[in-house]
Amino acid sequence: MYFPISGANIDPFYLVGLGFIIGILGGFFGVGGSFLAGPALFVAGLPMNFVVGTDLLHIVGKSMVAARKHRILGNIDLRLAGVMVVATIGGSEVGVQGIETLKRIARVDLVVGVATIIVLVAISAFVFLESWQALKLKGSTKPISQQTSQEKDQRAFKFIAHWTHSLDWEPKMGLPHSGIKSISIWAILIVSFVGGVFSGFLGGGAGYIRMPCMVYLLGIPTHIAIGTDLFEIVVSAGYGSFRHAINGNVDVMIALIMQTGAAIGAQIGAVLTQYFNGPLIRIAFAPLPLIGAGLIIYGLATGHHTH
Amino acid sequence: MEPLPSWKTFFFELLLYAVLLVAYFAFVLHYLGGWFKELYDHDRRLFAVMALVVMITQTLVLEFVSSFLIWLLRRKKN
Repeated sequence: MYFPISGANIDPFYLVGLGFIIGILGGFFGVGGSFLAGPALFVAGLPMNFVVGTDLLHIVGKSMVAARKHRILGNIDLRLAGVMVVATIGGSEVGVQGIETLKRIARVDLVVGVATIIVLVAISAFVFLESWQALKLKGSTKPISQQTSQEKDQRAFKFIAHWTHSLDWEPKMGLPHSGIKSISIWAILIVSFVGGVFSGFLGGGAGYIRMPCMVYLLGIPTHIAIGTDLFEIVVSAGYGSFRHAINGNVDVMIALIMQTGAAIGAQIGAVLTQYFNGPLIRIAFAPLPLIGAGLIIYGLATGHHTH
Repeated sequence: MEPLPSWKTFFFELLLYAVLLVAYFAFVLHYLGGWFKELYDHDRRLFAVMALVVMITQTLVLEFVSSFLIWLLRRKKN
């Protein structure tokens, strides 16, 4: 099928299937799935600037569905989300401007591609290492369905979150829904600003960086990090896709077709989180960014684009 | 907490959803494509707004349809 806005020829069933898989992953891991959707679109022949903008628009829809499910499950810390929104939008605008600069010098594919590979490999390595350590910790012997959320959420590298909580940067706030007595607002703003930059520059909601940062840096329980991150994705992706659409980087038809598959997948993914504990979810997530990195490497090596 | 539907229920739901999807592609998306291209070429701000509006509308409609299908199939199973 020919898509006149981007000039790409892509099988619509490929887009529906991709959306379905990304939907399940998004609902389960609390990430927008752009670490797979972006590379999959790039390999299918979509120019990288359209990959960034179109993926952002696509995940607005499916993240709304998944976030609603997590809201029902009590996994969204609205206080935390409210603070994060401000810096997320600011960071997203910085990312959008970065893409426009690269377009002017015709280096979008290479720079965004290489940046994506580095980020995905680093995240995969860190999450795998931490989750492996967490699984080796002596946890609860109760069945998963009977464990409290703290028992489910065994976590290694807790010293990182302890350090963040000890920072004396005023103003500070409490996050009772996440079980945090006091944390600097600046720590939250920095994490969300960085997430926004990644979102606007690399595409997607940047859940692959925001969710791990929320868990390891801010000490947010995994299930709440997933739900709150999905809420943030709706905001960052909504703003980013609007700005990218104005700059001509969005093929709305591709996004709409992908979302038709994601609608079913997201519902399944959100419910599945109740059957797994935190470390298991994280270790299952660890290899996924590597698949995305592999797809980008393949796309760049085969020279699909000259942008 | 919502229990997962059985695999049989799930596949039947997918089949129904696929039929609705094909109809949606043929009668809605087919005509939307040209309209969006016009907007993209002549009015980017309106294009950006309508892209978000249509995406959110489609999301809500598809969520309603998929939730309704799950409810309908569970009701038939019970």
